[in-house]
Amino acid sequence: MTSATAAAFRPSPWKRMGWIALAAYIVYACAQLDVSADRVASGWHNAAHFFARLFPPNFSRWELLVKGLKESLEIAVLASTLGIVLSLPIGFVAARNLMPAWISWPARLLIVASRSFHPVIVAILFVKAVGFGALAGILALTIASIGFIGKLFAEAIEEISLKQVEAVRATGAPFGSVIAFGVLPQVFARFIGFCTYQLDSNLRNSTMVGIVGAGGIGGTLFAAFQRFDYDYVCAILISIITLIMAGEVLATGVRAIFIDGLSLVDLFRGRIGRLAARGERHLEDD
Amino acid sequence: MLSLKHLSKSYVRGKPVLNDINLEIAARGITAIIGPSGTGKSTLIRCINRLVEPSAGAVVLDGEDLVRLSRKALRQARRRIGMVFQEYNLVERLTVMENVLSGRLGYVSAWRAWRRKFPPGDVARAFELLEVVGLSGFAGSRADSLSGGQRQRVGIARAVMQQPAVLLADEPTSSLDPKTSVEIMQLLTDIARDRAIPIVINMHDVELAKRFADRIVGMAGGSVVFDGPPDRLSDATLKTIYGGEDWLQ
Repeated sequence: MTSATAAAFRPSPWKRMGWIALAAYIVYACAQLDVSADRVASGWHNAAHFFARLFPPNFSRWELLVKGLKESLEIAVLASTLGIVLSLPIGFVAARNLMPAWISWPARLLIVASRSFHPVIVAILFVKAVGFGALAGILALTIASIGFIGKLFAEAIEEISLKQVEAVRATGAPFGSVIAFGVLPQVFARFIGFCTYQLDSNLRNSTMVGIVGAGGIGGTLFAAFQRFDYDYVCAILISIITLIMAGEVLATGVRAIFIDGLSLVDLFRGRIGRLAARGERHLEDD
Repeated sequence: MLSLKHLSKSYVRGKPVLNDINLEIAARGITAIIGPSGTGKSTLIRCINRLVEPSAGAVVLDGEDLVRLSRKALRQARRRIGMVFQEYNLVERLTVMENVLSGRLGYVSAWRAWRRKFPPGDVARAFELLEVVGLSGFAGSRADSLSGGQRQRVGIARAVMQQPAVLLADEPTSSLDPKTSVEIMQLLTDIARDRAIPIVINMHDVELAKRFADRIVGMAGGSVVFDGPPDRLSDATLKTIYGGEDWLQ
């Protein structure tokens, strides 16, 4: 019996050794970084003190707050638009199933380069290059968008069904029409998904690049931290949360309209119900 | 009209999938190619419109050797060759109408295709064809909401939309149930007759081939081993094509 079990589920000594190695490394890293029970306890005490000073939030300097938020929003929208426009062609030529290697490899290299650094590092580079302010933030987040959308768009194209492309090719369609009828319809919905996700992500990052002087609410936040204005910090954080949530709602709406083909009216009626009804109809058809 | 001359194809050097195929396809009628799986039926049909590049030989359509054509000339030649696929190969996320109209892509510039600006005559003919294949009212439905039989009807409409000189069908009924298979074969036969389009069909259902084809080509091991009308297809011939005999009882 046991020998049968052993034959059915062959034990792998390598897997077991991998787990043991991981556990050992975690213990080692904790020791190296002085993460001990005492350290956690003292941190806990400090955190309680800090959180007490955050409340109540202080909105008395709201003009500065609104100015920063507006700038962040503008940075995010401009960077997303520019990033999407640039990443479409880059992602497209990076797809190895449609493009020859000599053109897809440089495009992939460009995408990898855009992805190698965190947006904050890129923002620091641009602040040094073009000076303090929103322009540096826009450029930094554009680079981030190219890296993210370009990579995912290329991967989406590489996963398409070539049978559908073959059928369009067999009609004698020129290359541009093969793209329009055979390729884009297969990736369009996912592309919209990437774009709304990236807008969401840029919105979050645009509140942060200000910390290194690249414009937006981040600069105000950083200054408030340094002055120990914790109640104002709290007001800023609450505003950022509101902004991000508004962005989320907007992204959901865009996805519903472009991907599910719903109208704004449908959205107000309740998207889930409509989709469920649609799903049932699909099942009946099959 | 369409003739294959000494057509050969090997994916791996020295292991030919197609071995010196010679076939003349007349300007009318249905030619069914039968044979066991893996004998090169699909490769043969794909060599005709060069979705698969032949290794040697010629494919002559209306006096023009397709094998020698440049990419651009090949695109123009493909406009005259309709193709129906085993798995329909519709663009799933496009509507039925867009799928049917994609049969005209060879005649419309890419710029117009992007904006869906097809000539009104093409659109009218697409509606007409949808009626012929029994799908009037489905123009706006997305292809992925249709059943298998309906999808294959769209596939046929797309191919006929090209106004082809010849129609190739690669196992068009193999993904369908027996009843739908007969309906699809009936539809193809009607189109071949009414529009005088010769059809070359790959199939593995011998009974279906006998029932609908005017001519049967039997293939085995990459070569043609039988070529004649359905009534001359004897059990002995089927044995040479498929090997063994137990399955015939």
